[in-house]
Amino acid sequence: MSSLTVQDVTKSFGPTPVLTGIDLHVPSRSFTALLGPSGCGKTTLLRLIAGFEDPDGGTITLGDRMVSGHGRAVPARRRGIGFVPQEGGLFPHLSVAANVTFGLARRERQDGGRVRELLALVGLDADLAERSPHQLSGGQQQRVALARALAPRPSLVLLDEPFSSLDASLREDTRQAVSEALHASGATAVLVTHDQAEALSMADQVAVMRGGRLVQLADPQTLYRHPVDLDVATFVGDAVVLDADVRNGLAHCVLGVLPLEQPSPDGPTRILLRPEQVQLGERTGGLPTARVHSVDFYGHDARVLLDLPSGLRVTARLDGSQLPSDGTEVSLSVTGPALAFPAGSPIAAAVPGELTGLR
Amino acid sequence: MLLALAVLVAALALLPLGYIVGYTVDVGWSGVRELVFRPRVGELLWNTARLVAGTVACCAVLGLGAAWLVERSAVPGRRVWHVLLVAPLAVPAFVNSYAWISLLPGLDTYGGALLVVTLSYFPFVYLPVAAAFRGLDPALEETARGLGLGSWAVFWRVQLPQLRVAVLGGSLLVSLHLLGEFGALQMLRFPTFTTAIYDQYRATFNGPGATMLAGVLVLICLLLLLAELRLRGRAAYAGSGRGAARPHRPVPLGGLTVPALLGLAALVALAVLVPLASLTYWMGTGSSSALPVGELVATTGSTLALAGGAAVVTTALAFPTGWLAVRARGRITTMLERSTYLGSAVPGIVVALALVTLSIRATPWLYQTVPVLVAAYAILFLPRAMVNVRSAVEQSPRLYDDVAAALGSSAFDRLRRVTLPLLAPGLGAGAALVFLAVVTELTATLLLAPTGTTTLATAFWSATSGLEYGAAAPFAVLMVLLSAPATVLLSRDARRGMTT
Repeated sequence: MSSLTVQDVTKSFGPTPVLTGIDLHVPSRSFTALLGPSGCGKTTLLRLIAGFEDPDGGTITLGDRMVSGHGRAVPARRRGIGFVPQEGGLFPHLSVAANVTFGLARRERQDGGRVRELLALVGLDADLAERSPHQLSGGQQQRVALARALAPRPSLVLLDEPFSSLDASLREDTRQAVSEALHASGATAVLVTHDQAEALSMADQVAVMRGGRLVQLADPQTLYRHPVDLDVATFVGDAVVLDADVRNGLAHCVLGVLPLEQPSPDGPTRILLRPEQVQLGERTGGLPTARVHSVDFYGHDARVLLDLPSGLRVTARLDGSQLPSDGTEVSLSVTGPALAFPAGSPIAAAVPGELTGLR
Repeated sequence: MLLALAVLVAALALLPLGYIVGYTVDVGWSGVRELVFRPRVGELLWNTARLVAGTVACCAVLGLGAAWLVERSAVPGRRVWHVLLVAPLAVPAFVNSYAWISLLPGLDTYGGALLVVTLSYFPFVYLPVAAAFRGLDPALEETARGLGLGSWAVFWRVQLPQLRVAVLGGSLLVSLHLLGEFGALQMLRFPTFTTAIYDQYRATFNGPGATMLAGVLVLICLLLLLAELRLRGRAAYAGSGRGAARPHRPVPLGGLTVPALLGLAALVALAVLVPLASLTYWMGTGSSSALPVGELVATTGSTLALAGGAAVVTTALAFPTGWLAVRARGRITTMLERSTYLGSAVPGIVVALALVTLSIRATPWLYQTVPVLVAAYAILFLPRAMVNVRSAVEQSPRLYDDVAAALGSSAFDRLRRVTLPLLAPGLGAGAALVFLAVVTELTATLLLAPTGTTTLATAFWSATSGLEYGAAAPFAVLMVLLSAPATVLLSRDARRGMTT
């Protein structure tokens, strides 16, 4: 098991730059997620690491072995990297057992015990060994693909959006099984995904990519609580973004006077709250009020859209037990500190629900 | 390397076309005027045009009607009818023609020719249209009904526009086959360009007359191809949803059930029963003069050997282009792929004529040898192999290569363990279709076969030319038996190998 270091890697397809100087370090035995919207270059980075394509510049190092850079490129087959493609990519003409043992030496391929062991590692029954790939469900195909990638004991495993084609119900189980198998095998893993919930819940560290650059590399909690900019903030979760005025270290805004996470100079600023920080109460004097516009009920929790008297709309996330009905007047309070960003920071249009997945 | 091979294949495919163009330029405008603007050519043009127009119209009506009945109506026995409606493809057109004229010698008229070729060719429209009906999303029809349209309006305003590509494609196929058809029309004594070229060639060998007639014929083929492209336009009707379409609810025919059944039965009787009955009759009559077993075995042997060789060569030739068309899609590879299709749209008689002349002039030691004959087969039947090679390569995306490489597999190892196993079924299907096409190929074989080499088709032809209908029957039966498997393949997957 080895670490992965990517230094100043660039790549263009024709005149279109796809990666513009990526630096990334993945510690040995860790699980890193490459998170970004489609077209941000994350899959290209994965293919460069795997050796399916060569970077235009920069170096890629596995452990202490440079596999790409300074004019040398180790071919994919000599890198010892396991690869799990988007839809599994199982060889359709081979049985499950033959798929799993594809990367092993000829005499090891006949070893039924090894097949059983690998299938068990990914939580599959040994009875499936003689099936054809098309007889498996999508989740089973992904697990077989992982078993196949792990069979030659790779130093690094790359997963390219392996769960995106699965039904929501299958996705959770498959994620769980994949996480456990990766832990059990002690492999270093890099997962490409556009689903922030997947990245936050599975990974030890998340690398957020945008427009061919890596904008933040952090553990999931830091990423959620201290995003480098409002763009990342809204990408990794629902956000309440408000204009505020800082005086004496306190932010004055439509939701009242809020403490700040980190000191910020006096003057106009823009603050970030997470919807779960917004609390609703009976209407009382002294607190800002709002009218409930609508309630999206998810069972375990709910998202409440609130219209402030100023016309601004904010989101609150509540547990599902006590919900206001549409049109009621409520008062708002905020728990915890707000995060300050420079005034006028651009915010990506937050599409409610689409990128959250935290439901 | 592959690209160079693909360029060579395209050059081979375009050879006959290039020969005709080169020859025309050599002859010059005055020569062309002298050779082409003659009453005889006008007569041939009129014959060819009215036969093509009549046949296309009849085939379109029959194919569309039969496809609607089988795919959309509640007519009883739809699966059986489907097989029976594809079955005429197992009887080569010239055998069908023989079956009819040997029973009814009075068929040597326009009407007779129209009847016989329509019965032979309507499946070319039926098959793609039936497949298109199957692919139509029932939700569209339901939506139309929801908007208040009746059955007839649904057919006219919703289904027919979506079937346009299939009907046009089928009609083009009928036209190109008909323009190249030699045996059937020669036997019916209905002169068209193809038969006239043959007669000219027999009379004056490779005179400029035959070549100029071929030039006009090629021009008509190219114009048809262009017209089809224009008419089809950008009509790619993508389905807006994914996943398999729900099965359709068949339209009940009510009181029309019996007339529909009678219509289908009449069509099948004319297209399948008549040729089979005729063949059976002549087999019985011919057997009085004892079956020439030795000759049958020898002819079958040489036919199978030629067909096998041509199948392997043609599939091998299709491989580089088919591979590049998928794996390295670009303007050049698309052009190379198109040029093989274009080359194959040239009728067999023209390909044969071009190869005869070129081999005599450039490589006399190759004239009337097996390689030239196989080259002709390859030019004619490349699309059958190409369509299958292409779809096989599409089934084997680069992803599998990448995965295998990541698992430590070398280039050769990947070819052996991944690529070839995945391609094998498609390559096999392509080779099988070429094989079966060669078994019943008549025109090019007549002109190019080495002296002393007879195939089932040419042996059949020489027997019928002497009006020995009984002696011809066993060869015809063998060809029908050998064609049957291809017909089964086609009835399963209408898109495969239908081109030329």
